[in-house]
Amino acid sequence: MQDILSVSVYNGHTIDLQEIPQLSIAEFRTTIIGAVESGCRIASLFAVFSKTDKGQLYVILAHEDTGKLYILSADVTNSYPSITTDCPQAHLFEREIAEQWAIMPVGHPWLKPVRFHLPYRGAPDIWGRKNNAEILPSVMDFFQSDSDEIHEVAVGPVHAGIIEPGHFRFQCYGENVLNLEISLGYQHRGIERSLIGGPNKRTLHYMETLAGDTTVGHSTAYCHILESLAECSISPGAQTVRAIALELERLANHTGDLGSLAGDVGFLPTASFCGRIRGDFLNMTALICGNRFGRGLIRPGGVAFDLKNERIQQLQEKLVRATKDLTVAVNLLWDNPSVMARFEKTGTVSSELCRKLGLVGVAARACGIECDTRFNFPLGMFQFAHIPVSTWHTGDVFARAYVRWLEIQRSITFIQNQIEMLHKSKIEKPEIGALAPEKLAVCLVEGWRGEICHVAITDVEGRISHYKIVDPSFHNWTGLAMALREQQISDFPLCNKSFNLSYCGFDL
Amino acid sequence: MIKTLLARLQQRYRTISFPKTKPELPERFCGRPAIDISKCPTGCRLCIDLCPTDALKKENGHLTVDLGRCLFCVQCARDCPTGAIKFSRDYRLAARSKNDMVLSGSEINLAGALNKKIKSILGRSLKLRQVSAGGCNACEADTNVLSTVVFDLGRFGIQFVASPRHADGLLITGPVTKNMRLALKKTYDAVPDPKIVIAVGACAISGGIYVDHPQINNGADKIIPVDLYIPGCPPHPLTILDGLLRLLGKIKQSI
Repeated sequence: MQDILSVSVYNGHTIDLQEIPQLSIAEFRTTIIGAVESGCRIASLFAVFSKTDKGQLYVILAHEDTGKLYILSADVTNSYPSITTDCPQAHLFEREIAEQWAIMPVGHPWLKPVRFHLPYRGAPDIWGRKNNAEILPSVMDFFQSDSDEIHEVAVGPVHAGIIEPGHFRFQCYGENVLNLEISLGYQHRGIERSLIGGPNKRTLHYMETLAGDTTVGHSTAYCHILESLAECSISPGAQTVRAIALELERLANHTGDLGSLAGDVGFLPTASFCGRIRGDFLNMTALICGNRFGRGLIRPGGVAFDLKNERIQQLQEKLVRATKDLTVAVNLLWDNPSVMARFEKTGTVSSELCRKLGLVGVAARACGIECDTRFNFPLGMFQFAHIPVSTWHTGDVFARAYVRWLEIQRSITFIQNQIEMLHKSKIEKPEIGALAPEKLAVCLVEGWRGEICHVAITDVEGRISHYKIVDPSFHNWTGLAMALREQQISDFPLCNKSFNLSYCGFDL
Repeated sequence: MIKTLLARLQQRYRTISFPKTKPELPERFCGRPAIDISKCPTGCRLCIDLCPTDALKKENGHLTVDLGRCLFCVQCARDCPTGAIKFSRDYRLAARSKNDMVLSGSEINLAGALNKKIKSILGRSLKLRQVSAGGCNACEADTNVLSTVVFDLGRFGIQFVASPRHADGLLITGPVTKNMRLALKKTYDAVPDPKIVIAVGACAISGGIYVDHPQINNGADKIIPVDLYIPGCPPHPLTILDGLLRLLGKIKQSI
C-alpha cells in the first residue's frame, strides 16, 4: 500500500494525468479503506466518463498530519463493490456517483438518490427512473420504524424561516427522535456540468453563487485551481487581501450563527445584537469591494480591488468597534445559565463517529479533532501566517458555538496583523495565461463551514474537461442527522443552526 | 440580569432613519447603471461580448442594459474604452414590469404603488412568506437582515411569517429550480387572495447566471404572476426595502 500512496501533491498543486496511479478497482477499494484507517480522510471521490462505457473513478485522500494529498484512479464501467461497507465516509460520494453516472456500488447499505436527476450518460438509471417522466424530489424510500407507537414528522422543503429548501423526515417515539433522514436536491442548478469546456465568462460567477454565503471561499478555491494550472504566481498583497476577505466571511457568518443560536433558545439580546454585528462584518467586505458578500473581489491572478491608506484605517476602526460590541454580546451567552443549559449536552456527536463520517470544519473541531485546512494544508497567505486551530472536546451544540467564538477571536487578530502589511504592498492587475493540458489540479480552502475541495481536470487543449466541487456541507449533513438521534424533536432548530449547513452548496 | 441590561445600553440605538434620511452606502458600491449612447462607438460590441448573462443588447445603434439580468459585476464598465456605461451608487432599482428594467440612458421608471383597493387591504399590514427556490443564500441573507434592528422592517407593518396561509404574498429568491417548481406552486396556492408576489434578485427575475440551464425555470414569473421585481446579485438590503416601501406607497414613485 505504501507504494501506491507514494504519489502525492501539496494543496494548490497540479499533477500530470499520466502520473496518477491507475489501480484495479479491487486495489482502489482496499487502498482507500486502508488509507482512511491509517488517518487519511476522503476529500473527494468522483467519476469521470470520457465515453459512454469508459469511466474512471478518482479519489483525493487528505492526510492532515503531513499536509499531503494522495490521488488515485481506477477504471470503472457499470458496477463495482461498494467502498462504504468498510469505510462509511464514502457513503454520500458513492450515492452521488451512482446517480450521476449510473454506476452501481454493489452492497451499498443506503443507496438513494441525492439530487433527483437522470444520469449524465446513456445508461439506465439505477432507480429505474425514466427519461420522459418528471422526477420529483424526495420521492424515494425513507427509513421507517415499523411500530404503532412511532410517528413520522415531515418538514420542508419550504421552511418557516427565510432559509433554503430541504426535506427532513423524523421517526419519533413521543418527543424523542429515533432517526432523522435528510433529503436534499431542491437547489440543484447543474453547476458542475456547466463548467465543462470552460473557463469562460460565466465560470467565475458560478463559483461566486454556488453557495452565496461562501462566495470568497469558493471563488478563492477556483482561482487557486486556475493559477496552479496556468503556473501563475500572485502577489503577496493580493494574497493578503484574499486572506482578509476569507476571514471577514468567517466573522460575518460565525457572528450570525451565534446570534441565531441565541434566538433558537429564546435569548433575544444576543440574537438581536449579533444580527446587527454580522452586518458590520459584511459591510467591511463591502468597504473593500462594494459588495457585502465579496462578489467581484477574488479574480484569477489576484484581486480586483486594492486596499490601502484611508481604507485600511477605516477597516481597522470598524473592526475595533465591531470586536467590542461582539465581545459584549457573545459573552452574555456563556454567562447565562438558561442558555448554557440548552447548549450543553444537546446534539452530541462523538469524536469516533466524527472520524468515521469524515466530518470537517467547525463540526469536526467541536469534536476535538484538529482539522483546519488553513493549518494542515496551508495555501496563499496562510503559508506565512498561521492561525492556531480552535477545538473543543464535547461535540455538542455548546462546542460548536464555542469553537465559533474562539475562531472569531483568532480571525480578528489575524486581520489586524495582516492589514498592517498592506501599507507597503503593491497589488497588480490580475492576469492569467493559458491552462496546462492534461493535468489534474486540486485545491482545499478552509471556508467558514469547513473544508472546500475543488478538483479540475484539463483536456488536451487546456480546457476544463471535468470539475468537481465538494462543499463542506456535503461531508457534514450526515453529522446533523446523527446529532439528532435520541434528542427531542423540539431541539431540531437548535441542532440544525449549530451546524448551519449549505443547501445550495450541497445541491450544486 | 444586570449584565444583560448593561450590554443593552452598550449596544445603543441602531435603527437607521431610512426612508426619512438618505442612507449611506459603501464608496465602492455599484448601483444603477447609466448608458451614455453618445460615447458608444458604432460597431463596438465589447461590453455585449463580456456580459456573462447577456444583459446588454445593441439594436439599431441603441445600447440597452436589462437590470433583471445584470449581476452588477461591472465588467462592462471596467473594460469600456470610452466610458459609455457607468455604474452609479443609486441603490433604487425596483420595478413593476420587466420592460421598466431595460434601461437605455440614465432614467428608470421605479416601481409604483399597488392599486388603491389592494393597497387599502395590504398597505398597513403586509405579511410575506419567503420561498427560496434555488437561491444561493445571498438574496436570502440580505432579505433576512431586514428584520434586524438596523432596518426594523416591523415599523413599516411588514413581517415575514412562517406559513403561506398566514401570508398576503410571497417573496421569491432563486431561479426556481425544476426541483422547487411544485413546492413554489403549492405555496402560492396556499396564500389566500388577494395576494402579491415579489421576485428578489437576478435569479428570481430572469434565471440570473443560471439562465437557460435545463435544471431551472428562468425565474419566478415562469410559474406564477409577479407584481414587483427587485434586481441585484444580491440586491442591497436597502434596495429590497426601498422596493417594498414603493409597492406599499410609502415612498412616492417620483422620489
